[in-house]
Amino acid sequence: MSSSSASLPTFVASCFIHQGKLVVNGNVVFSSKAPVESFFTELYILSGANYPKFYKMDAQSQLAFLCAEFLLKDNTVKDTSPFDWSVVLSCANSSNDTDIKYWENARQAPSPAAFVYTLPNVMLGEICIRHGFKGENSCFIFNTFDTAFQVNYVNSLLEKRAKVCVHGWVNFFKEEYAAFLFLTVNNGETEGELHSPELINKTISNYAGID
Amino acid sequence: MQELINTLKQQIVEQLNLKHIKPEEIGDDQPLFVDGLGLDSIDALELIVLLQQKYGIKLANPEEGPKVFHTVRALAEFITANQKK
Repeated sequence: MSSSSASLPTFVASCFIHQGKLVVNGNVVFSSKAPVESFFTELYILSGANYPKFYKMDAQSQLAFLCAEFLLKDNTVKDTSPFDWSVVLSCANSSNDTDIKYWENARQAPSPAAFVYTLPNVMLGEICIRHGFKGENSCFIFNTFDTAFQVNYVNSLLEKRAKVCVHGWVNFFKEEYAAFLFLTVNNGETEGELHSPELINKTISNYAGID
Repeated sequence: MQELINTLKQQIVEQLNLKHIKPEEIGDDQPLFVDGLGLDSIDALELIVLLQQKYGIKLANPEEGPKVFHTVRALAEFITANQKK
């Protein structure tokens, strides 16, 4: 158990992408009424990322990529080894959206490029590759976002095996999507509020209240 | 040959989802992988599927891959040579 002088996991930033809206740290950064695919492309252009592989990703990985991109854009953590960065995500529909599309097309000609996205943890891989993270990453399937589970898991991780965690929820299925990612740090330096289930629930509730 | 090269560029952009590139921007002799167009191993598999699907050609010897897929012109020459057989 950590001593009383040990630092505690600190909540640093949030990013939501849902219903045509991008919200970073509680502020609406961009909104659009475009169809999903076009909306994601608009966000990609807005992000300024020069990363052509984005176009090859399936929709769920694109969503995860974009959410991480805006979460981390103005929130760097100084002097942190790539091995100290971890990623913990959960979702409800696994990779079913891509599984179905792959299966439908496989009857004619199976696409290797589609096949590689038929696992939900690939979206974590895309985030890690993009940002050079080499720490632990885990993907969990839940019907809905389980705040208590994830906060407990992330805080345990940040006590022993990582200093920074990108975590949250990324789900895409049949044009319905929701993503929210949080940045939580435990390096004894970064300032912010204590990472707790109450804080995460409050952050999600505040998002829900944004018009 | 040039018509096939132009068709291949179109098909490569579509099959590999290269939305950031226009077919005409791909050079006939530009390397497709690594420092050229930047394609990767999954793209190579997609090109093999493209060969089978659009031209009915199976790449019998995988070791031929780097030569066959080096450039669009090399690919066009391979298709032309194998379709005549």
